[in-house]
Amino acid sequence: MKRSWLISAAIVVVVGGLLALGYTTREKNGSVNITAVGSTALQPLVEAAGEDYAAKNMGVFVNVQGGGTGTGLAQVQQGAVDLGNSDMFAEEKDGIKANQLVDHKVAIVGIAPMLNKQANIKNLTQDQLIAIFTKKVTNWKQVGGADLPIVLVNRVSGSGTRATFEKWGLKGAESADAQEQDSSGMVRSIVSTTPGAVSYAAFAYLDKTVSVPTLNGVKADDDNVKDGKWPIWSYEHVYTKGKPTKDVQAFLDFIDSKHIQTTLVPQLGYIAIHDMEISRDVNGKITSEN
Amino acid sequence: MDNIRESLLKQSAATRKDRFGRYISLAALLLIVVVVLSIFWFVASKGLATFFANKVNLWDFLTGTKWAPGQKDANGHPFVGAAPMIVGSFLVTLISALIATPFAIGTAVFMTEISPKRGAKILGPVTELLVGIPSVVYGFIGLSVIVPVMRHLFGGSGFGILAGAMVLFVMILPTVTSMTVDTLKSVPRHYRESSLALGATRWQMIYKVILRAATPGILTAVVFGMARAFGEALAVQMVVGNAALMPQNLTSPAATLTSVLTQGIGNTVMGSLENNALWSLALILLLMSLVFNSVIRAIAKKGAM
Amino acid sequence: MLNPKQADKIASAILYAIAGFVILILAALLGYILYQGVPHLSWHFLTAPATAFTAGGGIGIQLFNSLYLLVITMLISFPIALGAGIYLNEYANKKSRATALIRTAIEILSSLPSVVVGLFGFLLFVVQFKLGFSILSGAISLTFFNLPLLTRSVEESLRTIPDLQREAGAALGLSRWETVGHIILPAALPSIVTGVVLSAGRVFGEAAALIYTAGQSAPALDFTDWNPFNVSSPLNIMRPAETLAVHIWKVNSEGIMPDAAAVSAGSSAVLIIAVLLFNFFARYLSGVLFKRLTATK
Repeated sequence: MKRSWLISAAIVVVVGGLLALGYTTREKNGSVNITAVGSTALQPLVEAAGEDYAAKNMGVFVNVQGGGTGTGLAQVQQGAVDLGNSDMFAEEKDGIKANQLVDHKVAIVGIAPMLNKQANIKNLTQDQLIAIFTKKVTNWKQVGGADLPIVLVNRVSGSGTRATFEKWGLKGAESADAQEQDSSGMVRSIVSTTPGAVSYAAFAYLDKTVSVPTLNGVKADDDNVKDGKWPIWSYEHVYTKGKPTKDVQAFLDFIDSKHIQTTLVPQLGYIAIHDMEISRDVNGKITSEN
Repeated sequence: MDNIRESLLKQSAATRKDRFGRYISLAALLLIVVVVLSIFWFVASKGLATFFANKVNLWDFLTGTKWAPGQKDANGHPFVGAAPMIVGSFLVTLISALIATPFAIGTAVFMTEISPKRGAKILGPVTELLVGIPSVVYGFIGLSVIVPVMRHLFGGSGFGILAGAMVLFVMILPTVTSMTVDTLKSVPRHYRESSLALGATRWQMIYKVILRAATPGILTAVVFGMARAFGEALAVQMVVGNAALMPQNLTSPAATLTSVLTQGIGNTVMGSLENNALWSLALILLLMSLVFNSVIRAIAKKGAM
Repeated sequence: MLNPKQADKIASAILYAIAGFVILILAALLGYILYQGVPHLSWHFLTAPATAFTAGGGIGIQLFNSLYLLVITMLISFPIALGAGIYLNEYANKKSRATALIRTAIEILSSLPSVVVGLFGFLLFVVQFKLGFSILSGAISLTFFNLPLLTRSVEESLRTIPDLQREAGAALGLSRWETVGHIILPAALPSIVTGVVLSAGRVFGEAAALIYTAGQSAPALDFTDWNPFNVSSPLNIMRPAETLAVHIWKVNSEGIMPDAAAVSAGSSAVLIIAVLLFNFFARYLSGVLFKRLTATK
């Protein structure tokens, strides 16, 4: 009995000693912590940029988490985090006081409809697209495809991708009630495995397991987004509460810099903000950049 | 004299230690209770806000069949009908429990009464292993195996209540089985011995003695399985289809409380109606499992008598 | 009407069939995961850090995070569950309303969807207590999620010890606490260990509760720096830590690396193998402990 007490006491002393030693010898860098929360679609970009930035600036640590656009905007509004990543304008989100937040647009994301290959469709007009998503058309043969019932797959309501798709792809029409999924990867794997399925996703997620039709004859690619021929795209926003602090501003400038915009942004499937020949405000008003 | 008197009146070291141990273990228990209460309070305060702060009618909430909290109908009331999800949750849970129970009991009886050696060697470790498979993986197997099978058998897209129930069946099977095994093992040995001594066959012993004696425990195991099925989100969400529509049949896309909750929570803003409505779903989830629990408790009590 | 002997034979056959079928399902499930995943495993995959958008990423940091988080979670939750289990089975008045109420509360907690636990942890620990996205926040949230199951299994293990043992302890003049410590716990240890393994498996595979608490990013770690107070030290409990299960979830839902399917399948296989190894180790440990703590040979 006595011995086991001695041993436990010795262990406590050793562990305590090691902890104390660690505490006194820790690296004392007056570190800057920048925390970003929000859109899972934007997370990889900010995270990769953050790692790059931290490597170049000693003592700066950028902590990037997902959680969804709603979480990001709500937390940045409360001041719980420094940056709120969002797929949509803060004005478009219920319950957010957009006038308190400052918008920093960091990239453009193009969104395209994607179909299961068995649908056998090469081109859709926008009216056909609307008819499909409002269930006015229920079989692919009605729009020139195979004889196969249409299976709608939506993103969950409140997702930025869905909001953008409905606003610009369906000209503001609400998609009919259907299956919903909350992530692009899931939507893609459902579309690729379910005969007759149709959904939409950001360009980065389109791969050879699904087919992407042209819309009114326009191909879904970066160049057509840049000059405004392809209508379905949105900005990726990073919001701060009020004017950002010096450290945060420096990081935002870094994301906006040529270095990031020409390397990471295209690598992750986005379109650089500087490449756009047009700009669009929250009300959808389009102005030419040049 | 005084020494003896003192040592007789004073508490012994063992008593003090006993009291100490008792308080420590009580403190641990109370900590859990505090945790439960704080989560309750948290969910309830958020979930009730839909009815108090956003003035949604409780009855409309429970019986409405259209779920689109962002939209408003002609009278300016938001569409927050939770009935499709409530029905969906109940259906997947009940169907999966109905399928899993006979399999779990059969396997457990096999493991304890018929072939304890093989049971302990093969089935035991395997069931424990299965509990450790993350639900995402179950969901993906459901998506790549069960959904196509459903599509093949019943037509349609394959997503639906039945697909969800099949995935849950596999997920809760290990839990229910291993808990049933525990219950069967705790049936005293002399029950078995005396029934065999009376000339009963093995099956008569199992059916008339052991299963009867273990009924309350088995019911608890099933409830635990159902509780897990009820609260499971990620796996179900991948195969159930997540369409907040009243289920027309077992193979049409449907939604459960958890799938809608998990998907929506990150995309809504804390404090808004959309967000509060989701917390109301969580509250329903809590209350429904409370009801489940007390019903089974009553059955178990009856069985014990 | 069947005679009892025939009924016995038929019932046995059915039971064999059921057990066989269940083994078949379980084996198929495990086989499927391993078959899909094992070809992707390599030393590089197990040790390299993950990549966001290029092929060839590994899961080294995630694997370490999962194990470390599991250890921390167990350090917090096991003593609490042990204490609560002991009180419920050894001290509490089993007939009292309060005990029944507490038991119900625990069962309710276990049926909570883990995403609710995660959000609760997010709002309380991450935001309110300013612990940030960290291993500590994640471990506390996992503790909430883990406690009901663990408490129940401890209680269940203690219950299977016959009262004879308690009476024997009392007859020897031991106090209740000493009986528990010296007789009941050693006897119940193997099944307690099994319970811990079961719940460890669940903790290991849990994703939803961690997304909002331990976070979904895995900053690079410096594996030569074991000082728990340094930011890049693997032992730092205040750093964000994406676990393997969260990684699988993230890769499946938003991953844009070209080999996402392979990473996900490989990670799932690693997860299963890790649980398997853990399982064997625990079995071995419980056997050794049982021999040492009791007079059994």
